[in-house]
Amino acid sequence: MNPTGPSALVQPPGRRVLHIGPMTGTLAVRSVAVGVAGLALTAAIVVHSIGHGSFTIAPGDVVSTLLGGGTAAQKLIVLDLRLPRILTALLVGAALAVSGALTQTFARNPLASPDVLGVTHGASLGAVAVIVLGGGAAIGAVPLAALAGGLITATLVYLLAWRQGVDGFRLVLVGIGIGEVVTAGVSWFLVRAEIVDAARATIWLNGSVAGADWSQVRPLSLGLAVLLPLAVATSFTLQALQFDDDVSKSLGVRLQAARLAVVLTAVALAAGAVAAAGPIEFVAFVVPQIALRLCGGSRPPLIVSAILGALLVSAADLAARLVLPDRELPVGLVTAMVGAPYLLWLLIRTNRRVSA
Amino acid sequence: MTGSPTAEPASRLRARGLRLAYGDDVVVDGLDLDLPDGAVTAVVGPNGCGKSTLLRALGRLLKPRAGEVLLDGRRIDRIPTREVARIIGVLPQSPVAPDGLTVADLVMRGRHPHQNWFRQWSPADQQIVTEALEWTDMRDLAHRPVEALSGGQRQRAWISMAVAQGTEVLLLDEPTTYLDLSHQIDVLDLVSRLHRERDRTIVMVLHDLNLAARYADHVVAMRGGRIVAQGTPAEVFTVDLLADVFNLAALVVPDPATGTPLVVPLPRT
Repeated sequence: MNPTGPSALVQPPGRRVLHIGPMTGTLAVRSVAVGVAGLALTAAIVVHSIGHGSFTIAPGDVVSTLLGGGTAAQKLIVLDLRLPRILTALLVGAALAVSGALTQTFARNPLASPDVLGVTHGASLGAVAVIVLGGGAAIGAVPLAALAGGLITATLVYLLAWRQGVDGFRLVLVGIGIGEVVTAGVSWFLVRAEIVDAARATIWLNGSVAGADWSQVRPLSLGLAVLLPLAVATSFTLQALQFDDDVSKSLGVRLQAARLAVVLTAVALAAGAVAAAGPIEFVAFVVPQIALRLCGGSRPPLIVSAILGALLVSAADLAARLVLPDRELPVGLVTAMVGAPYLLWLLIRTNRRVSA
Repeated sequence: MTGSPTAEPASRLRARGLRLAYGDDVVVDGLDLDLPDGAVTAVVGPNGCGKSTLLRALGRLLKPRAGEVLLDGRRIDRIPTREVARIIGVLPQSPVAPDGLTVADLVMRGRHPHQNWFRQWSPADQQIVTEALEWTDMRDLAHRPVEALSGGQRQRAWISMAVAQGTEVLLLDEPTTYLDLSHQIDVLDLVSRLHRERDRTIVMVLHDLNLAARYADHVVAMRGGRIVAQGTPAEVFTVDLLADVFNLAALVVPDPATGTPLVVPLPRT
C-alpha cells in the first residue's frame, strides 16, 4: 500500500463521504439499506391496510386510487375514510421514534423515552381531565388539551431539574417523579368520572388511530414538516453531546443551549404524537434501539428510526384490526405486547453486561 | 520556597484570583497561576487539594465563583466555546464514550470544533485523523469499539482524539489512573512526545511524584486549595516541602536513571 495515497487514510467506519455542493458529510451505508428496506415494507403495509376493511379493495386498486384513479366509491373509502387513519399511524410512529432517539441520545440511556420528560403523562392528564369534566361535548378539545398538558408538564420537569443548568440524569429523575404525580392525577379523574366518560378516557389512554380524519392529519404533518428537519439538524451536535458533559464541552459544544434544543424538539414531537393518537406505548422506547441494532453505531439513527417507527405503528394498527374478526384492539395494546418482552430482554441483557 | 517561577516565560493561559467551589464547598481560593507555554507542567498535591478542580476551571469546564481564567489575555468564559476548543483540549479523568463507538469514530470527534453543520467532514479532517491514529499507534485498533479496549489502549485512544483536536494546550486530569506501571510510562511517554514533537503546552494532574519529577519541566504543588510551591522538579521536591505539603517524611535522592529528584518515603515508626 502506498502510505501517502488516499487508500492509506482511515475512512469513517461503515460510512461514505458525501459532497453535495458546498456541503460535506458522511452517510452510513448500512443505514441506507435498512432505511430503503423499511420504506418498502411500510409501503406494502400501507397498501394492504388501506385495502383491508368491511369493504375490501384489491392492492392494485388501492395504488391506482392513491395515484388519482379509481371509482368514486373507491375514492371515498380510500382517500376520505382510510387514508387519514394510516397517515396518522405513520406520522405518529415517526414522531414518537425520533423523539425517543433524541431522548435516548442526550440522556445517554437506552432505557429513556419521552415518557421520562413528562410529556406522555402530562398529555394524558390534559386529555382525561377534558373528557371527564367536559363529557361528550368536549371530545373535540381533547387533542388540544393533550398537547397543552404535555408541553406544560415537560416545561415543569425542565424547570424543576434546573440547577445552574440541566443535567441529563437529574432531568430523568425529576421526570419520573413528576410522571408519577401526574399519573395519580389521571387516576383521580378516572375514579370520580361517570362510567361512560371513564370508558372513553380509558380508550384514549390505550392509544388509537381509529377515528383519525384529515383534521388530525393536517396539523400533525405540518408539525412534523418542521420538527423532523430540526431533529436531523441537531444530529451534528448530538455527535459530540453523546459523551459525558466535560468531554462534550471540551469539544466546543454549548451544553445548555444544545441540550435545550434537543429536549424541545423531542418534547414537541412526542406531544404532537400523543395529542393525535393518545399514548401509544413503547414505540419511542423500542424503535430507536431496534434501529441502532440494525444499523450499528453508537447512537440511534434518526431517519431510520422515523421510518421504522412509521412501520411499527402502521403494522400494529393493521394487526389490531386483524386479530379479532368482529372488533378491533387499540393500537397501543399491540405495540405494548411487542414492547414489553423487548424491555425485559433489554433489561436482562444490560444486567448481564454490567455483572459480567 | 517562593511562589514565583524562576524565569518569566510567556504564558497564554493564566489564572487570577481564582475562587472555585462546588455548592457551598470552596475548594480553591485566591489562586494566581501562569502556565509556561511549550512546557509540561505537573500539578501535584494531596487528595482533595483542588488540583483537578483547578484543571477543570483552566479548561472552562467549571465556572469560577470569583477571579478569572485568561486565555491570551481574554477572559475564557467570554470566548466562544468552539474557539476555546480549538486552542485548549481537556481530557477528564475517566472520560465516558458511548457503547458501540469505534476508536476511529472517537478520534474523528476530535475534529468537531473545526467542523460545522455544512462541512461535517473534509479531506483535511481525514488526513489529521489518520495521522493522529498512527502517531498514537492506534491505527490497527481503529475499527475496534472503545469499550473493548484495555485500560492502556483506551487512554491512548483518548489521547489520539486530543491529538486530532490539534489544540496547542492540552489539559490532562490524572491520565495514568487505573493503569499498571508500564502502561503509565507508555501514556506519559506519549504525552512527552506530544510536547517535544508537536510543541504542545501540557498541563497534567499527577499523583505519582516520581513520575511528575521525571516528566515535568514545571511543577505546581498545591495544598488546601492554594499553590504552596512551583518551579522545576528539583526546586519543588525537597525534604521540607514533602513534609509540609504531603505530611511525608522522605529522602530525596537523584533518580539513577534520569537524575531527576526521586522521592523515597521513610518508614513510619
